[in-house]
Amino acid sequence: MAKIASPRDLTQYQKQAKAARDKIETFITMCGGTGCEGSGCREVINEMDRKLAEKELQESISLKVTGCQGFCEKGPLMVVRPAGNFYCNIQPDDVEEIIEKTVLKGESISRLEYQDPKTEEKILKEEDIPFYQNQERVVFKNNGFISPTSIEDYFSVDGYSGLVEALFNMSQEEIIEEVINSGLRGRGGGGFPTGQKWRFTYQEDSDPKYVICNSDEGDPGAYMDRSILEGNPHLVLEGMMIGAYAIGSSQGFIYVRAEYPLAVKHINIAIEQAREWGLLGDDILGSGFNFDVEIMEGAGAFICGEETALMASIEGKRGMPRPKPPFPATSGLWGQPTNINNVETFGNVPLIIKNGADWFNSIGTENSKGSKIFSLVGKVNNTGLIEVPMGITLREIVFDVGGGIPGGKEVKAVQSGGPSGGCIPKDLLDIPVDFDRLSEVGSIMGSGGLVVMDEDTCMVDVAKFFLDFTQDESCGECPPCRIGTRRMLEILNRITSGEGKEGDIELLKRLGEDIIDTSLCGLGQTAPNPVISTIQYFKDEYEAHIYDKACPAGVCQDLIYYNIIEEECRACDRCRRVCPVEAIEGEPGGDPYILYDDICIRCGNCIEECPFSAIEIIPGQKE
Amino acid sequence: MELELERVDEIVEKNKEEAQKKSPLIPVLQEIQNTYGWLPEEAMKRAARKLGVSLASLSGVASFYNEFRLKPLGENHIVVCTGTACHVRGAPLLVAELERNLDIEVGQVTVDQKFSLETARCVGSCAVAPVILVNGEFHGNMTKKKISDLINELE
Repeated sequence: MAKIASPRDLTQYQKQAKAARDKIETFITMCGGTGCEGSGCREVINEMDRKLAEKELQESISLKVTGCQGFCEKGPLMVVRPAGNFYCNIQPDDVEEIIEKTVLKGESISRLEYQDPKTEEKILKEEDIPFYQNQERVVFKNNGFISPTSIEDYFSVDGYSGLVEALFNMSQEEIIEEVINSGLRGRGGGGFPTGQKWRFTYQEDSDPKYVICNSDEGDPGAYMDRSILEGNPHLVLEGMMIGAYAIGSSQGFIYVRAEYPLAVKHINIAIEQAREWGLLGDDILGSGFNFDVEIMEGAGAFICGEETALMASIEGKRGMPRPKPPFPATSGLWGQPTNINNVETFGNVPLIIKNGADWFNSIGTENSKGSKIFSLVGKVNNTGLIEVPMGITLREIVFDVGGGIPGGKEVKAVQSGGPSGGCIPKDLLDIPVDFDRLSEVGSIMGSGGLVVMDEDTCMVDVAKFFLDFTQDESCGECPPCRIGTRRMLEILNRITSGEGKEGDIELLKRLGEDIIDTSLCGLGQTAPNPVISTIQYFKDEYEAHIYDKACPAGVCQDLIYYNIIEEECRACDRCRRVCPVEAIEGEPGGDPYILYDDICIRCGNCIEECPFSAIEIIPGQKE
Repeated sequence: MELELERVDEIVEKNKEEAQKKSPLIPVLQEIQNTYGWLPEEAMKRAARKLGVSLASLSGVASFYNEFRLKPLGENHIVVCTGTACHVRGAPLLVAELERNLDIEVGQVTVDQKFSLETARCVGSCAVAPVILVNGEFHGNMTKKKISDLINELE
């Protein structure tokens, strides 16, 4: 294959790719993201391949396996285009019918359509589903349309036009200026203005300079970066290239978690393709700009999301952060000026260059421009990946996009920002989501995890969960983080096991503030946030644990007990059979069963099994 | 178990060649683990010599990162995701169930070497939480019942 030698060549290839795309009458986009993989999409894809071959339809009907389409809750899912029929929860057995009815005859299959949980109405078209309707897909726009392993598909959506614009029509300063004017802020959590960061690295007079794409997405409950890399890897590459050109770098790195094998695979394929087509290497598109990218697979350390720790890891060392300054822009990887941005940040760059700063500026709030991708998970009906304009309220996210809370329960809080963030209580759900407002209420934007919690979630347990995480992931370098988080965790463990005492809440707050003030890096400086914000908004739950020895949400096992409601029990014997410790006694068909609290380990098996909801959780300790 | 340590030499050579500007050290450890399933001490010694670093610094790196295992796994390796979404949807109960069912604790291998159990911080499949991985394969929306079925199938 010939290399693309000039912008005119690229335009030609883009035209060809569009023509080839438009020639195909019907195509099926099947989500191949990791969420759908967890729901068994591979079997459906294989079956679809087999059936299309069997019916000799491979020529006229194209099956496209795309990256994450977002609506993971309903996977495996597909859209039959151009009609736009959206089907969800597809099983391999459905494939025959889909081909015969929908693909060949244009009929819809009601059983596979999406049903709105609020109105119970069936919705046929993807664009009519509230989950999609209330989003603004910018970075994610093409995820559901293109095959991530096809560079031609990326060409067909004007891929690499942003690079051409940057290389041929703009100076380095102009690019930086444009990114500054767009108001783009780092999407990895810090929210630092991207253009400023570029300018600092650009101004350093040293060679070589490096560009790093940080995809060490370690926040539990967040998977945006994975889905961009899985679904549209060329977009990220293009963003990196523009950034590299602007700051004067010819070597880039993508630091991606090894736990994301599909992302690693797709970005590897994209790099190979870009090299083959001459979009990576020497004299790119005849511009004289040289650039190549190397992949580094992270080895599972949360701290490596911190930029100086990440660089230590690329250098083959333990991933320990170091004090800043010097900042990476001055002295980064191997002591050279280095610019690090997050995946989603780079994903925005080609769009800004293509459409201009003013376009980007028109979305969002005063100090937070553009859109943001969130992973909406936890106790919410429509879990998945969403992209919404900055400034949307949390309530709109949870209820309009997310479809509310399952099982008729009440929302209690939304956790944002992962282990560095906080829990926002339900009476603050009307705040607009942007960098400033979230930090005003004691949380942070973070990388984009939004975990919805309902009345069955214990906030003390959540705080303990995060602290257990940060304590475990603390690299051990500075004492406030290493020892301080451990002490805090010990106190929380005491509280949740019924050993809490007066003064614990104050002690937690004081320790937390000291850790925030004195830790070396962002991990320690933010680790106490989940505890401090839950104390701020849910102090009564802490007090119930400490003084009443009761877990109001029914989660902490030492502060609850199970009870069989005599009037409801039908003595069906199901609970006794699933009890692993023989804590339940009774005769089938006889008297209501008896549960021995001193033997019960509160595993939940009996509650799950009981068809009559006859077993209840009671907060407190049995006398 | 006798290890073919020549493989280690090949791994080091290959990764030294492939690494452009990054250090080959972590990629070497990753490939050794992919080859043997864990990091046997003999392989580490050989790799350290070949890489020209001390065994202490190589071990230092290996013990820092969660990915690296300093002991072998069972025939079937089960990982329970304990990320936030999985946590609020009941992952701790799944862990307890597996510990009981397999009669081991997290981080251990069953006596017959058939199963090993680990937890992961977040595998990024939060929408279908709780998630477990059996031999690398994702299983979403897990329940205790599905877990027993899976284990029975593997036994």
